[in-house]
Amino acid sequence: MKIGVLALQGAFREHRWMLERCGAEAVEVRKPGDLDGLAGLVIPGGESTTIGKMLVDWGLMDKIKDRAAAGMAIYGTCAGMILLAKDIIGSDQPRLGLMDITVRRNAFGRQRESFEADLEVPEFGAAPVRAVFIRAPYIESAGPDVKIMAAVDDNIVIARQGNFLVTAFHPELTADDRIHKYFIAMIQGKA
Amino acid sequence: MEQGTFRVKAGLAEMLKGGVIMDVTTPEQAKIAEQAGACAVMALERVPADIRAAGGVARMADPTIVLKIMDAVTIPVMAKARIGHFVEAQILESLGVDYIDESEVLTPADDKFHINKHNFKVPFVCGARNLGEALRRIGEGSAMIRTKGEPGTGNVVEAVKHIRLVMSEIRLLQNLPDDEVAAFAKNIGAPLEFVRETKKLGRLPVVNFAAGGIATPADAALMMQLGCDGIFVGSGIFKSADPAGRAKAIVAATTYYNDPKVLADVSRDLGEAMPGLEIANIAPSERMQERGW
Repeated sequence: MKIGVLALQGAFREHRWMLERCGAEAVEVRKPGDLDGLAGLVIPGGESTTIGKMLVDWGLMDKIKDRAAAGMAIYGTCAGMILLAKDIIGSDQPRLGLMDITVRRNAFGRQRESFEADLEVPEFGAAPVRAVFIRAPYIESAGPDVKIMAAVDDNIVIARQGNFLVTAFHPELTADDRIHKYFIAMIQGKA
Repeated sequence: MEQGTFRVKAGLAEMLKGGVIMDVTTPEQAKIAEQAGACAVMALERVPADIRAAGGVARMADPTIVLKIMDAVTIPVMAKARIGHFVEAQILESLGVDYIDESEVLTPADDKFHINKHNFKVPFVCGARNLGEALRRIGEGSAMIRTKGEPGTGNVVEAVKHIRLVMSEIRLLQNLPDDEVAAFAKNIGAPLEFVRETKKLGRLPVVNFAAGGIATPADAALMMQLGCDGIFVGSGIFKSADPAGRAKAIVAATTYYNDPKVLADVSRDLGEAMPGLEIANIAPSERMQERGW
C-alpha cells in the first residue's frame, strides 16, 4: 500500500519513518503528479500558513481535493488538522476544508505553553497515548458526522469523519505507532 | 501534563524543518515574511549587516519591538540573546517568544560560559561550526542547532564550510569502532552521551538549520543539499532590492531544493541581492563566528 506524506514543510520525515515502520510504502509529495496512485496522504505538522500557501502556488490544493473525493484517505496532524478544517477561527488562510470542524490555531498558547500529556483513547486500547502538543490547535466544534475520539478539557484533539482523521498532537515524535496503524486500517476498511 | 520537556522544545524545531526563518525588524517586515511563507521570524532591532556596520556592543532587542512583532503574525517568533546573558534570556522567555537564539551576532556577555539552557521552558537555538561545538551546545540544553556561517556578509562560503565539517565529522564518527568513541569525544570536546547518540542516529540529535550568509534561492538549496534541515535568512531578504519576491523564492527553493528547473524559475528577475562581503577582508577580530566557546 502506497501512502504519501506531504513534504512541502514540517515534520514529514518522521511520518515517513513511522509509516515505513508500520509496513506501508511511504513517498514524499511535492508536486501534483506525486499524488497519483496513493491510497492515503499524511499532512504533517509544520506551519499551516506556509503549507497552505504552497498548496495553492504549486497546484496541489485542487488535486488533493479531487483525489479525496475519489476516495483517498487523509490523516492530518496539527497543521494538517488546520488545513483539513472547514472553519479556522479568525483566519482566511488557504485550506482544504474537507472536514466539518471548526479549529482554533495556537489554541493552547505559544511555545511556552506547549506540553505533553497522557490521553485515554478507547479505540487504541487501555494504554494511554503520550500526546505531544506544540503550539497546537484544537477543535472547538464539530458537525454531526464527525466522530470525536479524544479531548483535553472538553477541547477535541482526535477526530474522524469518514476517510479523514486528524490529531492536534504529534504521534510521529514518539515511538507509539498505534495512530498510524489505525490510519492504515482505515484505508484497508478495517477501522 | 508536562511543559518545557526536551521533547516539546526539540519538537518545535522539528515542525520548522524544510522552512525558512527570516530576520525582521518591524511588524510590517514580519507580515511580509509571513505572507511570503516564512515558517517563523526572528525579531531584531537591526539585521546582522547593520549590526556589523554600526559596530559597538550589540544587545537584545527592545522588548517593545519583540512584542509588536509577536502581535503582528501568527507564526512562531524567535529573538536573540547575547551568549551567556541568561538575564536577557529570562526577559525574552517572560515576553513569551517561541525560541531564543543565543547568538554570536550579538556581542557576547560571557567570555567563558554559555547559558544553561536546561533552566528554561522556552527552547534555544545555538550556532556551531563543527560537531564538537554543536554537541557542547546540545549538552547545555540547546534544542536546535544552526551553522554559524559569517552573519551579515551575504557570502555563503563560511556556512558551507561549517555544514561540510559537521557532516564529515558525523561520517567519520559512524565508521569508528565503539572502543574509539570516548577518545573521539575528548578530542572534539563534546559530551560522550551525545557523541554516542550522534553515532547511533547518523545525524545530530536535534534539528540543524543553515545560517550566516544565505542571500539567494540557490544558496538555500545548496545548504539543503549539503544536509541542512532548513534555512535562516538574516540580512539576505530585507537588504535586497525586492524583499517580498526574494523571500518567496527562497521559501520555494528550500522545499524544491533538489529540482534545478524550479530553482531556475524562482531565481529569475529577483533584482539585486544584498551587497556581499569577502570574508578575507573582515579582520579576524570582526568575525562573528569566532564568538562562542
